[in-house]
Amino acid sequence: MRRSKKKDFSKVIKKQNKSWFHRLVSGAFLAPSVLGVLLFFVLPFLVVIYFSFVNNPVAKKFVGLTNYINVIQNGAFRTAVGNTLFFSVVAVPLAVILGMALAFLLDAGIPLKSELRSCFLTPLMVPTASIVLIWQVLFDYNGVVNVAVQKFGGGQVDWLKSSAGLLVIILLFLWKNLGYNMILFLSAMGNIPKDIIEVAELDGANRWQIFLHVKLRYLSPTIMFVTILSMINSFKVFREIYLLTGEYPYGALYMLQHYMNNTFASADYQKLSTAAIYMSFVMIVIMGILFWVEHHFGKDLEEE
Amino acid sequence: MKKRSERKKLCIRICLTVIAVVTALIFIMPIVLTISNSFMSAAEITSNYGSIFQKTDTGGKQYISQTVNLKFIPDMVTFSQYATVLFKSPDYLLKFWNSVILVVPIVVFQLVVAVLAAYGFTRTRGKLSAIVFFAYVILMMMPYQVTLVPNYLVLNWMKLLDTNWSIWLPGIFSPFSVYLITKYMRRIPVPLIEAAKIDGANEFQVFTKICIPICKGVITTCAILVFMDYWNMVEQPLLFFNDTDKYPLSIFLSKINAQEVGLAFAVATFYMIPSLLIFLYGEDQLVEGIAYQGGVKG
Repeated sequence: MRRSKKKDFSKVIKKQNKSWFHRLVSGAFLAPSVLGVLLFFVLPFLVVIYFSFVNNPVAKKFVGLTNYINVIQNGAFRTAVGNTLFFSVVAVPLAVILGMALAFLLDAGIPLKSELRSCFLTPLMVPTASIVLIWQVLFDYNGVVNVAVQKFGGGQVDWLKSSAGLLVIILLFLWKNLGYNMILFLSAMGNIPKDIIEVAELDGANRWQIFLHVKLRYLSPTIMFVTILSMINSFKVFREIYLLTGEYPYGALYMLQHYMNNTFASADYQKLSTAAIYMSFVMIVIMGILFWVEHHFGKDLEEE
Repeated sequence: MKKRSERKKLCIRICLTVIAVVTALIFIMPIVLTISNSFMSAAEITSNYGSIFQKTDTGGKQYISQTVNLKFIPDMVTFSQYATVLFKSPDYLLKFWNSVILVVPIVVFQLVVAVLAAYGFTRTRGKLSAIVFFAYVILMMMPYQVTLVPNYLVLNWMKLLDTNWSIWLPGIFSPFSVYLITKYMRRIPVPLIEAAKIDGANEFQVFTKICIPICKGVITTCAILVFMDYWNMVEQPLLFFNDTDKYPLSIFLSKINAQEVGLAFAVATFYMIPSLLIFLYGEDQLVEGIAYQGGVKG
């Protein structure tokens, strides 16, 4: 009797949840955010799409794919895309693998675990601008690193004004982001069922096999998440480059954001819009692939 | 036999500990150096790093000194740099204030908007709300290079460029916190909300008395992450401000010229203080929040 009464109540609530009044109330909670997002992101993005197909914002003559062809043939754009992609392709896998390595290191039953964790996380909480000075002291032509290099008989390398700059920027990127990735992996590792590892041990699996077939499988959603996160962060590396080398960096450090800034400066809306659309297209494709892979892996895990 | 394998295990453990400690020290070294160097006198800094910063571009390069001297401990600890920053050169304090005035409203209002929206997403689970939420996820993943262009167009149209609103408004409506808080709030069991409604709570009471207290932790995490993101901001002011007087300290810091290198470390440390304090205070919360973020699928 009591039970059915409860059921009735939840039916009433469910009905209520479908009523127009409930929708209106929930909508009111959503309204500020949705309106803001529409106004500042979605609607102007439609304008961006429009601009990418016209000759200029004043005459507004439809020119088809001309802008797309012009931008892709632009040398600066190509350099910027190439550098950005190269950076992401090298830095993202490193951020994932080393982040996982740090997590395994801290999980290996060593002392001072929480203190060490704090150390790895601190770079996240230090403003890039504050730390740039030290990077300059280290990597300047007359800097500390070069002094060390010379001591060991090497030649001076102009770290920030040569292709080696990318190496420095990758180091900075890893320094800043590894702690975050490590935390993500640590928490995922805590969720691996212990009995599965024990069963594998009883079956005579060695450490490497357990790592490969048990742990890595369970970590795969996290690997995917960290990959996406690191990729988003890798596009933010402009900050480090800008603060370290200024507006006109060495060619190898010329990133998409530099290209965007220069195009902003010349107020070339068509170019800007077209470049933004190229980028969002590439991002959507990459995300699509990653989600597809995750889906694929996830299924694999459930079936076994 | 057993003893031997145990000794081997101990050996591995010691090795791993050493590796971990050394790596950790490398991680915090730049921060420690910046802080310790901020207590050096101007003369000491110029003599230590003269070969890097004192470039006088009058006919080739000339350095004050030829060697670089990386020092952890100042010859003589002095607060003179801080005294200069705080009392003698108002420029830095002004830029610091610019940073505060740009970042704090974004953190506060982004969270208010996000908590409200998260509740909206929690209470509607239809197709439409799923589509809107997916749009938020896509938007969140878009890099600045993409989102800044539409932002710029709207701000230009609204004649808000070169005002603080140009940083505030897109920041407040940025979808990041909405995503994270919604993910968390949606895990509140529906029966709990229904029970409250049966007891006579209205929608607003459910929101303030149940959902917000449960989500306190994730809201704190969001606040920390959003604060850090904007405390670091470079791109937006660079594009939206013509007036360099409005620049936050994060950009201004890199423009400190050679004459003021002595001050630079003190200013850098000064700029670090708020974020380090937050870290000290909220580390556990932050770790928990980040960990939670990974616990749910993308």
